[in-house]
Amino acid sequence: MVGIVGYGAYIPRCRIKVEEIAKVWGADAPSYKRGLGLQEKSVPQPDQDTITMSVEATKNALKRAPHVDPKKIGAIYIGSESHPYAVKPSGTTVAEAIGATPDIHCADYEFACKAGTEGMFVVYGLVKAGLIEYGLGIGADTSQGAPGDALEYSAAAGAASFIFGNDKVLAECNETFSFMTDTPDFWRREHEFYPRHGGRFTGEPAYFKHITGCAEGLMKKAGTEPKDFNYVIFHQPNGKFPQRVGKMLGFTPEQIEPGLLCPLLGNTYSGSSPMGLTSTLDISKPGDKIMLVSYGSGAGSDGFIFTVTDRINEVRDLAPKTRYMLDNNKRYIDYGTYAKYRGKILTAD
Amino acid sequence: MREVCVIGVGMNKWGELWDKSIRDLFVESALLAIKDAGVDKIDSMYVGCMTSGLFVGQEHLASLLADYLGRTPISSTRVESACASGGAAVRCGFIEVASGMSDVVLVGGVEKMTDVSGDGATYALATAADQEYEVFHGATFPGLYALMAKRHMHEFGTTRDMLSAVAVKNHDNGSKNPLAQFQSKTTLEGVANAVMVADPLTLMDCSPITDGAACAILASVDKAREISKNPLVKILGVGNATDRIALHSRKSLTTLNATLEASKRAYEMAGKTPKDIDFAEVHDCFTIAEIMVTEDLGFFEKGKGGHAALEGKTALDGEKPINTSGGLKSKGHPVGATGVAQIVEVVKQLRGEAGERQLKNPKVGLTQNMGGSGGSAVVHILEVM
Repeated sequence: MVGIVGYGAYIPRCRIKVEEIAKVWGADAPSYKRGLGLQEKSVPQPDQDTITMSVEATKNALKRAPHVDPKKIGAIYIGSESHPYAVKPSGTTVAEAIGATPDIHCADYEFACKAGTEGMFVVYGLVKAGLIEYGLGIGADTSQGAPGDALEYSAAAGAASFIFGNDKVLAECNETFSFMTDTPDFWRREHEFYPRHGGRFTGEPAYFKHITGCAEGLMKKAGTEPKDFNYVIFHQPNGKFPQRVGKMLGFTPEQIEPGLLCPLLGNTYSGSSPMGLTSTLDISKPGDKIMLVSYGSGAGSDGFIFTVTDRINEVRDLAPKTRYMLDNNKRYIDYGTYAKYRGKILTAD
Repeated sequence: MREVCVIGVGMNKWGELWDKSIRDLFVESALLAIKDAGVDKIDSMYVGCMTSGLFVGQEHLASLLADYLGRTPISSTRVESACASGGAAVRCGFIEVASGMSDVVLVGGVEKMTDVSGDGATYALATAADQEYEVFHGATFPGLYALMAKRHMHEFGTTRDMLSAVAVKNHDNGSKNPLAQFQSKTTLEGVANAVMVADPLTLMDCSPITDGAACAILASVDKAREISKNPLVKILGVGNATDRIALHSRKSLTTLNATLEASKRAYEMAGKTPKDIDFAEVHDCFTIAEIMVTEDLGFFEKGKGGHAALEGKTALDGEKPINTSGGLKSKGHPVGATGVAQIVEVVKQLRGEAGERQLKNPKVGLTQNMGGSGGSAVVHILEVM
């Protein structure tokens, strides 16, 4: 049995409300809140980045996998759009921080918001192939959204980390399926600070086409249908899209709700659907079936089916739950502080 | 002048058609119209398109479309009159057949609007206003029509609910049109409470950005009798007129003079009066536009257009059904295609092919297509033979 043996998330304390951003741009906050299904978003502090959040999330994952000696972790793959360095990996720093070096393979992944599930997919494959005993797949981002762009209301920060292995599995991976096409709906070129996007083109021909294509392919491959699942998690660029795609596929709001963090978290890009999986595992029971479908612009979706095991009851409470981090210890900041934290204030030289 | 008939119409579903290019859109509807008409040879074609250069970077459109329709070396001409380009193309085809120069002419309209961002579309559309005296100073089309709406409210007591009633009615009609971009209904409150675009116009007072095309085949009555299996629909009257393009140059903000003049000419040519018109497709780019147009066409007294909408007089079962297709508001507004799509709807109604939204035995229909904030207008009057 190969699957998840430990999981953890991390959410920074700072938050900014939609109203605070809308005020600066003279925008209509209620219509943004309604249109995006979003109240507020998380903001990283100046000393937080993809690496620090990955370490925090991985520490929580290790707490839930006390049997895993970090030295036995054979691979760390971090998916992000905001690796702090263009040249120099994030993975080695995380590996060093958790004591997993030097007998380990590291790589940083990038595929817009899908990069996190990419890392999970590869370590799952390596464990299944017997090449490594344990592997870490991480999705983390301090997401960028240009000032004044619709993305600024949602681009948030957070991380999720998953240890895959084949002993004391808490959620067995039953099936995977991926769905990719060349669809340029959202992009950021080298040396550009903020991503650009195709507006409404990011919806139907991009997000909806790939998620439905992946979910349908996955269910067909596994011989399952929506009612066979207790929970489902879709990528969450806003609060509305996951609910709409769920409805299109035949899932109920109840199946989606536990993993739907976006309304209070924002879009954590590579961390988005993986963090939804952590909050769903937090409330799941042995035997529950969970489907996860990510989405990354450019474009593609990775799909997974997990079955939760008895192990969940032993490890669930060993680390902070995702909803707890979302709902507690919050510190609201104003736009000026946000602009400073996010490096949006530049001096002439 | 020879008499001219519409012997075939063609249109596909409109909307955000991400996987269709401008040539796909046009050729698909042209083939439908050719098939509907049952013709194997067309003598010439006219294409209405407002700004394919700004929307998709393609000019020389008439030749491109003749090429992809497989009809080179046919004569093919693009016609531009902003949002009235489609109506103007129909008029050109009418003139060519009426003059005896051609027997069968394809008239079409097309616009591919979703390849640019919202800002890009706003910029492209604003080129239909007076760049130097309106647009450079910040005016956009919602802004210009909002000025007209405010003035109409001030002069005639037109209310928020009257504007909303136009959108509600057009969405009701559009919900019965399988080719419409939006087939959802709305309510007076839904329109009033939508996001504000330009006071008093909310998002639901505005027509959408749309990809689409529409085509029709025109023929002389003699030719039509020879080849057509459809009930013949004759174009009785055609009127085209212009107005001062910038709002500030006009004597009145509440009269669309180009529409008034174009309709006078069409009525005179057709030998009809507003009372003779059973139904009409009009240019509701904004809800206020439909109210003003129904007044300027002589359907309702000036200042009473809003009341007529609110009282249901323009509904499918009203005394003067307006925009049975859903109008620009619900069917969509691919600017260059709109004027031709109005002809498509009138022909379908007159032939009794309008499905769920079919009127009871209509005989005479009118189309009114308008450019920019009303700087040009084309009116056609059609009768089933």
